[in-house]
Amino acid sequence: MTFEQFIFYLLAAIAAVSGLMMITVKNPVKAALWLVLAFISTAGVWITAQAEFLGLVLILVYVGAVMVLFLFVVMMLDINMAVLKEGFTKYLPLGAMAALAIFALMYMVLGPEHFGLDVTGTPDVKAADFSNTEAIAVPLYTVHVYAFVLAAVLLLVGIVAAIALTLRRRPTTEVLYQNIDKQVKTLAADRFRMVKMDAVKEQPIVEAGEEDKK
Amino acid sequence: MIRSIKHQIKTWGLTELFKGLSVTGKYLFKKKITVRYPEEKTPLSPRFRGHHALRRYENGEERCIACKLCEAVCPANAITIESEEREDGTRRTTQYDIDMFKCIYCGFCEEACPVDAIVETRVFEYEFQERGPHIRTKEDLLAFGDKYEEQIAADRAADAKYR
Amino acid sequence: MFDSLQAFLSSFLYDWLAILITLVLQAVAVILPIMLVVAWLTYAERKVIGYMQVRMGPNRVGPIGLLQPIADALKLMTKEVIFPAQSNRYLFILAPILAIAPAVAVWAVIPFSEGVVVTDLNAGILYVLAVSSILVYGTVVAGWASNSKYAFLGALRGSAQKISYEIAMGFALVTVLMIAGSMNLTEIVNGQQGGVWNWYLLPLLPMFFVYFISGLAETNRTPFDVIEGEAEIVAGFHVDYSGMTFGVFMLAEYAMMILISFMTSIMFLGGWLSPFEGIPVLESLFAWVPQLAWLSIKVAFLLFVFLWLRATFPRYRYDQLMRLGWKVLIPLTIVWVFVVGAMKYFSFGPWFN
Repeated sequence: MTFEQFIFYLLAAIAAVSGLMMITVKNPVKAALWLVLAFISTAGVWITAQAEFLGLVLILVYVGAVMVLFLFVVMMLDINMAVLKEGFTKYLPLGAMAALAIFALMYMVLGPEHFGLDVTGTPDVKAADFSNTEAIAVPLYTVHVYAFVLAAVLLLVGIVAAIALTLRRRPTTEVLYQNIDKQVKTLAADRFRMVKMDAVKEQPIVEAGEEDKK
Repeated sequence: MIRSIKHQIKTWGLTELFKGLSVTGKYLFKKKITVRYPEEKTPLSPRFRGHHALRRYENGEERCIACKLCEAVCPANAITIESEEREDGTRRTTQYDIDMFKCIYCGFCEEACPVDAIVETRVFEYEFQERGPHIRTKEDLLAFGDKYEEQIAADRAADAKYR
Repeated sequence: MFDSLQAFLSSFLYDWLAILITLVLQAVAVILPIMLVVAWLTYAERKVIGYMQVRMGPNRVGPIGLLQPIADALKLMTKEVIFPAQSNRYLFILAPILAIAPAVAVWAVIPFSEGVVVTDLNAGILYVLAVSSILVYGTVVAGWASNSKYAFLGALRGSAQKISYEIAMGFALVTVLMIAGSMNLTEIVNGQQGGVWNWYLLPLLPMFFVYFISGLAETNRTPFDVIEGEAEIVAGFHVDYSGMTFGVFMLAEYAMMILISFMTSIMFLGGWLSPFEGIPVLESLFAWVPQLAWLSIKVAFLLFVFLWLRATFPRYRYDQLMRLGWKVLIPLTIVWVFVVGAMKYFSFGPWFN
């Protein structure tokens, strides 16, 4: 076993185990963390397969951003496991059938006869300075440019939709909004006026009672 | 219009941030005012209110006449006094305890004293490592007064004209 | 050096063992100096902030307090590590590890001078960005595992803040990529050869500030330390940590500070290149200065700026912080991406040729 093989099997084992843990563990936060581990080890496998750009982007996007948002939501959940487990036996046959069907479909598409060295051919080992990034970028921005732009627009629509759904302005009687631009632009002269006044000698205050005495 | 342009230049030039940085930058090179305590000490006022002491007259007679004014005035009830007639017919204390944990160092006892017997000295570096010694007895306070009499007398003399 | 060591080891050991030993030695050779710098950075921080507040800072342990970090480390190591009763024990221990591991792992691709780098990765910048993005998990897991409201609030603030500023940081890096045409850190530095005016600082001046500010936010330094916010949430995500588990969080924070300084000087300040390149007399006068020294000077200055900012500015309020990230920095970076594109199209200045 070479060093690369050792690393590959190690990462693959971690990925498989953490994937399994992710779907069996009860606590959703722990499940999310297992998924993170699965992502990282998968990224490791990709990097050993000389796809370092994809591997790093997987970590950057999924581990660094998407899963953090996931955790963000999941951490605040207060899940009652007992309610979730209600009717487990009732739905078991249906669930098992669906699971079996999905497995069969995946086996047909992703089964071992579609992969392996005799199907794909031995991958050529690239030189150390081979730029993975360029190899992805060139077809992405030439051959598949429309699909790429379309995907970008789709995401933009998603952003706009999400903002449009959540954006609301409550009346100022309920909530006071802060206009930071206006605040920052305010000068001292707008709020504060210096008034020139003549110096006046202060008169001693004579109390009413004392005046009566005189 | 001009004002808005000015504002934009100010904002994007981070003027205010740099102004703030220059202030702290200047202070970096200022002379430091730290007093390195055990080696250096700040000057103390003659009115400093530290550890208590009971004074004596020059002939060695203790000043305290057990009038209990200090006990009465003490806001923290830190002073306990018992008195008795001495064989020469004068009234003297048999017990004069100050609970240093209760004492708030207000200096009222010193002000109340008609004979300048109880005083507060400049000594502030003392500590108690267990309960017991924190109650200063008459003997402790008299010994303390004897030890620092020179300093105490000098402080009283320096402050006399303001009293 | 390490190649010959590996060759020597594999002459009498298994190949994989030789590789493993060499890798570990390489890692130690990088991590150990970094950890030492971290130790004395804490000392420098206390000293600099003290001086700016007209104080002296630590000056008791050793001459002018130089041994203070050792005393601190000893204190932290001998203290008890307390586990809150309701905490999640495994995750509670895992959190500091998750914080320190990426902060150490990033150093694998940072070049210290020409050729002095553990792995000269092609996608160096991407690696740094990816690995430092894992750093959030330390905070999030710590906050959740402590089972405390304060820690949890700190974790929530931290995760949202880091994700937001990562975008601005990524875009700032994109402009560097556009100008350098490479993601390899060594090549980025070599692209800046030829004196100060060839550094990427000038065409990317706004990006320099954006990157540094995002770096402040990424490392949770003042004025972006809402995650700790001692006035509001005690100490944020690490309230419940004590002893060395707390110390590990501190190590990670300072290691990341040093990393941000390294990245800033590599990408904008010419890395290990001498600032006197191309100036007739000065160049030969300073030719003896090693490359590492130039890089260290730049990094030290940026670290000083970190401390300087901490001594100067008050903490941002959370909504102001988010506004700065999303409404100021990100639009600015996007605009500058197009500006750099235009500069590249017109082969502007000495940077695009």
